[in-house]
Amino acid sequence: MGTASDIKLIDEKGIRLDGRSLSELRPIKIETDVLERADGSAYIEWGGNKIMVAVYGPREAYPKHTQDIDKAVIKARYNMAAFSVDERKRPGPDRRSVEISKVISEALQCAIMVEQFPRAQIDVYIEVLQADAGTRIAGLTAASVAVAAAGIPMRDLVVGCTAGKVDGKIVLDLGKEEDNFGQADLPMGILAKSGKIVLMQMDGDLTTEEFDEATAMIYDAAKRINDIQREALAGKYRALAMERGGE
Amino acid sequence: MTETKQIVMPGDPIDSSLGKPRNGVYKCGDQQFCSSYFGIVQVSDQFIDVVPFSGPYYPRRGDKVIGKVIEVGPSMWTIDINSPYHTLMHMNDTPWRTNAGDIKKYLSPGDYIYAKVMTLNDIRESWVTLKDVGLRKLEGGHITSVSAPKVPRIIGKGGSMVNMIKDATGTRIVVGQNGLIWIDGEAENVMIAISAVKMVENEAHTTGLTDRMQKYLNEVKGEANGNSK
Repeated sequence: MGTASDIKLIDEKGIRLDGRSLSELRPIKIETDVLERADGSAYIEWGGNKIMVAVYGPREAYPKHTQDIDKAVIKARYNMAAFSVDERKRPGPDRRSVEISKVISEALQCAIMVEQFPRAQIDVYIEVLQADAGTRIAGLTAASVAVAAAGIPMRDLVVGCTAGKVDGKIVLDLGKEEDNFGQADLPMGILAKSGKIVLMQMDGDLTTEEFDEATAMIYDAAKRINDIQREALAGKYRALAMERGGE
Repeated sequence: MTETKQIVMPGDPIDSSLGKPRNGVYKCGDQQFCSSYFGIVQVSDQFIDVVPFSGPYYPRRGDKVIGKVIEVGPSMWTIDINSPYHTLMHMNDTPWRTNAGDIKKYLSPGDYIYAKVMTLNDIRESWVTLKDVGLRKLEGGHITSVSAPKVPRIIGKGGSMVNMIKDATGTRIVVGQNGLIWIDGEAENVMIAISAVKMVENEAHTTGLTDRMQKYLNEVKGEANGNSK
């Protein structure tokens, strides 16, 4: 959370800075198979976020000491481009991106059937080209689409979404200003069908009631985001099948 | 053939009343089955499968695969069969009389072989053999690849699809279960065969593909002979 400021983030009618209502998502667009060389890939535009994800594997894990005899290891790498933020970001992993890589790896591990691939690794490269708040959950949402597109067996798709507290109100999907000047931020990763939580972090403070309200909002939005994921995956196959007969 | 082709995502429930759930399906609850892939549902006589649109090859015992030699050891070759794990071939599993230490003269890195998966274990180590009818070193020719789940479609019912491509282009084709395909013949014909294979791969989930393929091959063949349609 940034320093307090006198910008009014929500007006009297409950409309936010970018014109959204309290429980409205920013526009989301997902595309699959954007990279030829990767086994699976996805590109997501979530508000001002632009993120590219490439998935490689499963393949034998190297260096060898990282291998697990019972299951595959997920090696997600979250990386922000130097030009992704207003002020140039110093390239390379820093404390923040190492943390995000870790939580995304663990979230994906819950969805992917890792026990089917002993000794293997699955690489997930998440490259943030343009950042605008909520990159970790946008990256996670796209990563799960890319993993599914790679033909890797999964229990469920992972949907990411945030909620937070801005000007004393609980709002869905924080924008950049709301993230910087709001009072709390709660990113969550959920398995789409079963509703299990695979990622949860919180920055700032929420009361129990506020937390419940935020969670309910996220669960509701997860259904909408999941529909976008499904359409991104199935859309082009369905179109080709319609054109050529079948389905 | 009655076929329903429904697109499913990981976690989607599968209607198990249509058949016994088999591949690509996991148990997600007491009486419920869910898809573990992004793919299509295929209902056969008694089984119900989810066939992924893409994905790596998982070796199964008895599969005939095409592999590339990537490393030669004193008595073993390491073979890449387009799967998450490399496989091994021991010198005694070949038809040649080899001596430890000089097996490089039979197969060296970069060579392709048509081999059979002999054994597999729990940690997914596998061994292949060249000791069976039709298995050999593949000399000359071109290698192309498709994703492994599409191989049954490339072969077609009783080999109908691949035979049609072979006859139309006059090439020799070997299809490995792992998605690697070896094609030998005149350069132009090989190119036609590769484009035909790629077309089958892209449209594997549609119906009436064999007829469209026949038409496509007739068209290209006509053009290759210098005749207009």
